[in-house]
Amino acid sequence: MAVSGQEARKKWEPWNDPQEKPHVQLVGVSKRFGEFTAVDNISLDIYKGEFFSLLGPSGCGKTTLLRMLAGFEQPSQGQILLEGSDMSGVPPYRRPVNMMFQSYALFPHMSVERNIAFGLKQDKIPSAEIAQRVEEVIELVELGAFAKRKPHQLSGGQRQRVALARALVKKPKMLLLDEPLGALDKKLRAQTQFELMNIQEKLGITFVIVTHDQEEAMTVSTRIAVMDHGRIVQVATPTEIYEYPNSRYVAGFIGEVNIVEGRVAEVGEGHLSIASEESGCSIRARHALDAPVGAAVWIALRPEKLVISMEAPADTSSNCMVGEVWDIGYLGNLSIYHVKLDSGAMITTAKTNRTRDTEQPITWEDRVYLTWTPDAGIVLGQ
Amino acid sequence: MNKGLSWFTWSALVVGFSFLYLPIILLVLFSFNESKLVTVWGGFSTKWYVELFNNQGLLNAAWVTLKVAFVSSTVATLLGTMSGVMLTRFGKFRGRTLFSGMIYAPLVMPEVITGLSLLLMFVAISWDRGFATVTIAHITFSMCYVAVVVQSRLATFDHSIEEAAMDLGCPPGKTFFAITLPIILPAVVSGWLLSFTLSLDDLVIASFTTGPGATTLPMKIYSQVRLGVTPEINAVSTILVGLVATGVLVASIISRRSEAARLRDERLATAER
Repeated sequence: MAVSGQEARKKWEPWNDPQEKPHVQLVGVSKRFGEFTAVDNISLDIYKGEFFSLLGPSGCGKTTLLRMLAGFEQPSQGQILLEGSDMSGVPPYRRPVNMMFQSYALFPHMSVERNIAFGLKQDKIPSAEIAQRVEEVIELVELGAFAKRKPHQLSGGQRQRVALARALVKKPKMLLLDEPLGALDKKLRAQTQFELMNIQEKLGITFVIVTHDQEEAMTVSTRIAVMDHGRIVQVATPTEIYEYPNSRYVAGFIGEVNIVEGRVAEVGEGHLSIASEESGCSIRARHALDAPVGAAVWIALRPEKLVISMEAPADTSSNCMVGEVWDIGYLGNLSIYHVKLDSGAMITTAKTNRTRDTEQPITWEDRVYLTWTPDAGIVLGQ
Repeated sequence: MNKGLSWFTWSALVVGFSFLYLPIILLVLFSFNESKLVTVWGGFSTKWYVELFNNQGLLNAAWVTLKVAFVSSTVATLLGTMSGVMLTRFGKFRGRTLFSGMIYAPLVMPEVITGLSLLLMFVAISWDRGFATVTIAHITFSMCYVAVVVQSRLATFDHSIEEAAMDLGCPPGKTFFAITLPIILPAVVSGWLLSFTLSLDDLVIASFTTGPGATTLPMKIYSQVRLGVTPEINAVSTILVGLVATGVLVASIISRRSEAARLRDERLATAER
């Protein structure tokens, strides 16, 4: 059936649809180990077919949260509901949820085939069906040539695919992935990210992935939960997380960012005027925060949203920082400039190298102007 | 300068090895001695081996020893594996060090004391000493060796493998037999072999705890030697040395082969990625 262009472009956002029932619900979930609180009062809804990331630095509680979903840990407080039914007290071997372990945890004494068939055998499925389903999933992850091998006869990437196949073959309601690509080298990781997304899309299974790699989370996720010290700081789509972070923590954790300090000077219709000594100019920004005149705010500026130029713009009174080029990083596609402002603050900016040669390239100790549009700066409170 | 090894290295090698092996070589040589006198060479002969197989007393003792070794090492492996698993799985609890120390204590306990205390206990509960009591005594002291071997294997065991099995629908008890046991099996087998050999050559504890009709081979040899060494004893000992040497050789060849195969597989797997 042909899908009209209008419909195809319609966004799939079940989290914005009040009619949609969440697939997994976490209600006030906490986990304490003695005095230490690993997960602190988290409430979260995950929808069917999502590719949901738990992102945060190590020790932020993301793995503990995943292990509670798998059933290896019981919440100290709160409830986990899977399709509306309470999961507390249900052991891992009775949950319709499978996990892919960081170490892959393949059974070393079994061949690839037997590793994958293990889960189905536990369910007492007839052997003809087991053979067929194992074959299907082996084809899905392109391991056909290695079916008879033992795990130690496989490379890292192949082992990763066996672990994935073993977790997928039971057709779980939800697949949990604990740093699934952490052990792969960079090139293989990028390729595998797209493979994972394709497989997820094909099967429609809800994926919950734990990662500390923000690039990975941005690439694969429908939504990301950024965690810190056992709490969720922000849950949003990758674009929202990047363009509209709700805190300095999120802005700094995802991507590069320059943060300058200032005070609200004037609250206008739809915009704020901010006086910032650090930037050496007044800043106009979109009004996104309820901050009274005089309140301290921080303005987050992404490097690629700043325009670097040797020539002064027409209006240098607002959204224009002046400084001296301190360092240049040439990356080929981009050049990164570190500009030292008169206040001493260091600002990073990126410039796309559109042409192969520039007549008068910006170089060290050049005096440059950094400008940006009012909606490029993100105003953040405490 | 000197291409080969210096005279010092050579002599150290010769002296060291003769110190270790000269007595055994002499024993083997004299087991093929024609003469009845142990220290006088009377020509080559295998008659003491023939004689040996007609000596019902020695054969009985050998059979008892094998039975004791088999039963005791099997039970010790069971118990030792259980305690090894328990020590790694239970995590930290109050008195853990004391507890694990108590399992390992028989490793350093003087054999005389182990034997004596077991004897006292058997006497106290007036259990007639015989096959059963020797076997129990052997289980007692060899169990801890199995526990040590199994525990050290489990210390490097990736616990998430068991979690993966449970995650795939396998209950904990079944996980142990389907996943954990096959993986730690080499350690369990070497624990069994270790306790088997320990039981085979134990003299002290067996002589404390045995009774009539359950004389083990080391006890038999010891009692015969007190009446004078016969070439027959040399023959028995040669067979024992031969058995042990073959066992050690086979075990090390197997483990070296499998290690080489594993390394080769890994190299191949990385190369073809």
